[in-house]
Amino acid sequence: MSLDPATVRRIAKLARIRVDEAQVEALRTDLNSILGWIEQLNEVDVDGVEPLTGGTQMALRLREDVVNDGGIADAVLGNAPDRNGEYFAVPKVVE
Amino acid sequence: MTLTDLTLAEARDGLRAKRFSAVELTEAYLAAIEALNPKLNAYVLVTGEGARAQAAAADAALARGDARALTGIPLAIKDLFCTEGVRTTAGSRILEPFVPPYESTVTANLLRDGAIFLGKANMDEFAMGSSNMTSAFGPVTSPWTRRGDNRPLVPGGSSGGSAAAVSARIALGATATDTGGSIRQPASFCGIAGIKPTYGRCSRWGIVAFASSLDQAGPVARTVEDAAILLGSMSGFDAKDSTSADVAVPDFAAACRRGVKGLRIGVPREYRSEGMPAEIEALWQQGLGWLREQGAEIVDVSLPHTKYGLATYYIVAPAEASSNLARYDGVRFGARTAGEDLVALYENTRAEGFGAEVKRRVLIGTYVLSAGYYDAYYLKAQKVRALILKDFTDVFAKVDALVTPTAPSAAFAQGEKMDDPIKMYLNDVFTVPANMSGIPGLSVPAGLDAQGLPLGLQVLGRPFDEETVFAVGAALERAAGFTALPGIRAGA
Repeated sequence: MSLDPATVRRIAKLARIRVDEAQVEALRTDLNSILGWIEQLNEVDVDGVEPLTGGTQMALRLREDVVNDGGIADAVLGNAPDRNGEYFAVPKVVE
Repeated sequence: MTLTDLTLAEARDGLRAKRFSAVELTEAYLAAIEALNPKLNAYVLVTGEGARAQAAAADAALARGDARALTGIPLAIKDLFCTEGVRTTAGSRILEPFVPPYESTVTANLLRDGAIFLGKANMDEFAMGSSNMTSAFGPVTSPWTRRGDNRPLVPGGSSGGSAAAVSARIALGATATDTGGSIRQPASFCGIAGIKPTYGRCSRWGIVAFASSLDQAGPVARTVEDAAILLGSMSGFDAKDSTSADVAVPDFAAACRRGVKGLRIGVPREYRSEGMPAEIEALWQQGLGWLREQGAEIVDVSLPHTKYGLATYYIVAPAEASSNLARYDGVRFGARTAGEDLVALYENTRAEGFGAEVKRRVLIGTYVLSAGYYDAYYLKAQKVRALILKDFTDVFAKVDALVTPTAPSAAFAQGEKMDDPIKMYLNDVFTVPANMSGIPGLSVPAGLDAQGLPLGLQVLGRPFDEETVFAVGAALERAAGFTALPGIRAGA
């Protein structure tokens, strides 16, 4: 399976990474080379194999559904590139 | 002998016997960093003031008889670990302004045990790389060079700054992380020890996430025993990481003295990769010979899905990365590049903030998770991953540990293997299966190649049986008697 330029642009859009028109062809070559190499997995027979989803064979723990932290707005906002009071600030979204 | 020549275990004994102070030891390291870091670029941030304060506190603790596991021991911290009030970049432009308001669990454990932090170690951007060439803060130069050839070499990656700092003796030990080989491959390239413990052994809380089902913290250190001491402090259950294992932390350092008599050591035939240099094959055989002489039984075994490990990794890791790195949006923390609307702000921020390798992996991950392709790529990879784990489970019913080469080559020059991403990915062919299956893996310096560069052997063990891994690693280390030193080092 080989990516075309339109697909590269669509993936970049989904990933929210601006890709200039001049970069599309180089990216397409790189991504196709990696995806082509991954195709070797088609040789493996996985019929009836249950997928392994995580790094651990242990069941995930549940915790009590209680508030255990909070009230630290200044710490949460301390690294914000732009803030307005206790809110993160972004360009206008709704007219 | 200068203070920077001591191993961690020796320095700890010296501090407890009051032969020198934590302040003296720390000043020796800070002076060595000042002299050598401009050549190596192993640290992206040196925290001299904080280190001096911690050293003074360590001396006070020693004076009142409160000697903990690492009291007064100066360490480098990979810049993937969040450190409270100290900038943490993950080697990325996008986190250049980020100062965490919290401390990662692993570094908090080290501080609890009295460690001193010299600074933050350079690394491949978001731990994505095998050369430390992808750092936004410039490459790390290995303290090693080939005989009669001054071209700068890579220290390996992604924990390249950590490994270079320990090897050049500008840190007594360092934290590192390993998603596909990022502890073991740089340890091998730099002639030091490094262990990726079992997945779940060290808490991932406060470590910048790359691929959450694969990421695991561990130490790099000058000796296997030093690595065992550090891992003992880094490990332990943490309620803040849902994948943290609630199991006891054994005395890893004691396990180094166990010996290998009666152990069954497996040799996976699939690790004889095509084109592997003859000297690596010879060193591997030598290592097996050493273990046989010390009373171990060597057994040929098969891990039939080994060759699919890397391709599986390059689906699973980018998929998880594309999801984890979605948080870098220029809104809540990190760098921002303006845009005319919110979507343009996201797109510009991520285009400016991420380097080429990170973008490649986020795009691959986005693609393999996108509608219509999920089953063909991600689900398929998870099934192959299950087969890789089954290979290990079957083999560990018959043997106690496996011994393999750590990497298919010695260190390469800066700029080599940069033209083709897949060539770079092949560095991790022997290390990735341990991440896919969650098992522990240790790299031990075992010899030099014909050009005078270090080569490591890897010991793999059963989940949560790091003790046997340390026993085998220490036995290899004793037999190898690896004493070679890099040209660039403190005290040289």
